[in-house]
Amino acid sequence: MTDTAIPPGTAPTEEFAGRSLWADAWRRLMRNRAAMASIVILAAIALASIFAPWLSPHPYDEIYWDQIDAPPNFALGHYFGTDSNGRDLFVRTLYGGRMSLMVGLVATLVSLVIGVAYGATAGFIGGRVDAVMMRFVDVLYSLPFIFFVILLTVMFGRHLVLIFVAIGAISWLDMARIVRGQTISLKRKEFVEAAVAGGVSSFNILRRHIIPNTLGPVVVYVTLTVPQVILTESFISFLGLGVQEPNTSWGVLISEGARSMETTPWALIFPATFLAVTLFCFNFIGDGLRDALDPRDR
Amino acid sequence: MLRYAVKRMLGALPTLFLIITIAFFMMRLAPGGPFDKERNLPAQVEANLNKAYHLDEPLPQQYLRYVGNILQGDFGPSFQYKDFSVTELIWGGFPVSLRLGGLAILFAFGIGVALGTVAALNQNSLTDYLVMGTAMTGITIPNFVMAPLLTLVFGLYLSWLPVGGWGGGGIAHSVLPIVALCLPQVAAIARLTRGSMIEVLRSNFMRTARAKGLPERVTILRHGLKAAMLPVVSYLGPAVASIITGSVIIEQIFGIPGIGRYFVQAALNRDYTLVMGVTIFYGVLIILFNLLVDLLYGLLDPKVRYD
Amino acid sequence: MEPVLSIENLHTRFATPDGLVEAVNGVSFTVGEGETLGIVGESGSGKSQIFISVMGLLAANGRASGSVRFRGHEILGLPRKQLNRIRGARMSMIFQDPMTSLNPYLTIARQMTEVLIAHKGSSRAEARGEAIAMLERVQIPEAARRIDMYPHEFSGGMRQRVMIAMALLCKPELLIADEPTTALDVTVQAQILELIGALQRASNTAIVLITHDLGVIAGLCDRVLVMYAGRVVESGPVRDIFRDPQHPYTAGLLRSTPRLDEAAGARLSTIPGQPPNLQRLPPGCAFYERCAHREAICLDDRPELRRIGEERKKACHLPHL
Repeated sequence: MTDTAIPPGTAPTEEFAGRSLWADAWRRLMRNRAAMASIVILAAIALASIFAPWLSPHPYDEIYWDQIDAPPNFALGHYFGTDSNGRDLFVRTLYGGRMSLMVGLVATLVSLVIGVAYGATAGFIGGRVDAVMMRFVDVLYSLPFIFFVILLTVMFGRHLVLIFVAIGAISWLDMARIVRGQTISLKRKEFVEAAVAGGVSSFNILRRHIIPNTLGPVVVYVTLTVPQVILTESFISFLGLGVQEPNTSWGVLISEGARSMETTPWALIFPATFLAVTLFCFNFIGDGLRDALDPRDR
Repeated sequence: MLRYAVKRMLGALPTLFLIITIAFFMMRLAPGGPFDKERNLPAQVEANLNKAYHLDEPLPQQYLRYVGNILQGDFGPSFQYKDFSVTELIWGGFPVSLRLGGLAILFAFGIGVALGTVAALNQNSLTDYLVMGTAMTGITIPNFVMAPLLTLVFGLYLSWLPVGGWGGGGIAHSVLPIVALCLPQVAAIARLTRGSMIEVLRSNFMRTARAKGLPERVTILRHGLKAAMLPVVSYLGPAVASIITGSVIIEQIFGIPGIGRYFVQAALNRDYTLVMGVTIFYGVLIILFNLLVDLLYGLLDPKVRYD
Repeated sequence: MEPVLSIENLHTRFATPDGLVEAVNGVSFTVGEGETLGIVGESGSGKSQIFISVMGLLAANGRASGSVRFRGHEILGLPRKQLNRIRGARMSMIFQDPMTSLNPYLTIARQMTEVLIAHKGSSRAEARGEAIAMLERVQIPEAARRIDMYPHEFSGGMRQRVMIAMALLCKPELLIADEPTTALDVTVQAQILELIGALQRASNTAIVLITHDLGVIAGLCDRVLVMYAGRVVESGPVRDIFRDPQHPYTAGLLRSTPRLDEAAGARLSTIPGQPPNLQRLPPGCAFYERCAHREAICLDDRPELRRIGEERKKACHLPHL
């Protein structure tokens, strides 16, 4: 009852005119301070992780016998102290970040490929195929997946690649659902009908018309999958079932830190802070992107 | 209602079947077989062992035997704890895990709904921001970070609570594990409740309830909460799954003698049958709980038809 | 005799991210004992928001100012607890969409009896009996059985009957019906209007009927207010207004309403243009942009609602139309 028709030609319309969805979304994202701060912090963590060897005078696996369980010491370059093996925690935390971020990206990529292909196929074919495919997803949903990943690592050994792929392979379900929903609504749009009428093959319709147009929600979901995947890896590594020595990840470091927190709290606090901050940033960016890409949904 | 329940139960069977099947083939596909560790056994001993565990039979027969045994609640002997069957180990740890997890889900639901409702009723106020900020923290910080941090603060620095152990499940020993376990779910449920409550508060039927001049308490509790509860009830399934997953870590951190701790020990020791038994047990538990949630949802939403 | 409701200089504003929206701009009128008042206007004209304000149901970003007196007592800005003694009991309201206005998760019995329990302190059994009797009065078949059903088991027309029954439970002195038939099928619309008419004749309840459909007003109301951009532009007895509209907007509305007494081929006219933006109301007449009779004075000088006959008022500079 309070619908206030905006007369044509007033300010907002002019401002939006001629802008693409993405430019518009970017503009809204820029206004979201939490998301922008998160992007900056995340970029800093990522860069520090990548350039870790140049940021610290210490190699990540060098053991300093005279510096076991030493508190943070700037003079010696042990900014975060050392662990119970006398290794520098600053550089180890950054190396852990390499591992965690890499798992996040690789596993998310795996889940992205599977999820988009599966969801787009189910939604595009529709009918009984769709029903069976989505029923399968429903069934998988109720499985305690993390236990299967652990089962996998128990059976096949703790290879890094296996962990990456296994985590990715269990994270695609939501992605498949989202892409399927998008595909179904896109299928009814005129430009897809036009392509069908024009005799374009199904594969090309999927590739050229459907998948590119599901990008918005997929991008949002990717930013929300990365922290979940990092979390899963940390969970498994925390239990000692994931990343193995001398490699490290935030999960491993937190696990080691938790064991000795009474005497060396810094070994827990620094990696825990890095993990928590990273997860926060991804969540804020995901929320920000969602608001930016879908301003109705608030 | 009964027919609906039976139908739902039948619907859960394929999932159950899938869990058992995946577990079985994973075990068979694993390189080296279950006795990998004991490779240097004499051939005769290995053959005897294989026979004892029916590993010499054709695969389909092994599979049927395995399914049959599991349906009878027999997960086979533990490879690690030679004197116990997996079933015995699971039943031994279950009461402890159930107590921990049950209390956690109860608190998560009660506190989460209360906080979410308060935040929704005071939308965009300081209370709202405070609750939602805390919730964001609770969701983001995983329990394996939260648990050591809580122990550090309340156990070591403040010395209010014991640092670890179960102490037979005494209250003082239970506080930190339960808090660490339920915190992420409290947060998730609070967020969910707030969102759905805000939507409900804007709905036409809430306007009608106010127009009828009902006391505000009745309007919120009777008209609002029931509607706002539906998405929260649907979330209980995933919430229980998360609590179970979290309990593995929490039991490990606090040294609580539940199923989760057996699971981790078994995984570290490559105790195949125990790992699989626990996986299947958790799977069944989650399926059963989802069923329960389905039925509860049916009770709350009159639009769900039982046919 | 004291009017049931008297509204003076009511303003309702909404704070939105894009600025202040002025939904109701200085509206004054009264509703007399047993009177049926029609309020007509396009969507966005503020007609519903007047009564949303009266009932204390404004959204959190809405503010109402001015004066609303119910039987002489100021009720605008009354604390919720005191307002709850009036709304639902002495003054009740039914809404446009019967599909969503009933709580889908509670039985009809629950939703009806709670009104009697809250206002009259009835016992459950008493309340149930009264609720069934009221459902029978609004012609719900098998009321005693159907009262235990949920809203989704009723058709749209039946739900609106339930809404009406619920509103009448405490025998209110004023019933506000906000587009009660808009969401319903045409055949059901007629039945609901007939029902409201019959109830009115039987109970002497004052009724305010809010609608965008002049046809609804013609059959039921004694007096009508025409609203445009949050203001009353014309008021008077229904028959006079229909026969001789004096405001160009009213005349336009009448010409755009289909009539039975005209030749089948006669063309309906529409009012060109759009209502003004409620965030930036023009200084002069709000209808200026769309008015066929506009003059220079109308652009800057907003016409006040003035008396043009014994019971008639209009807000227009033109002496006659």
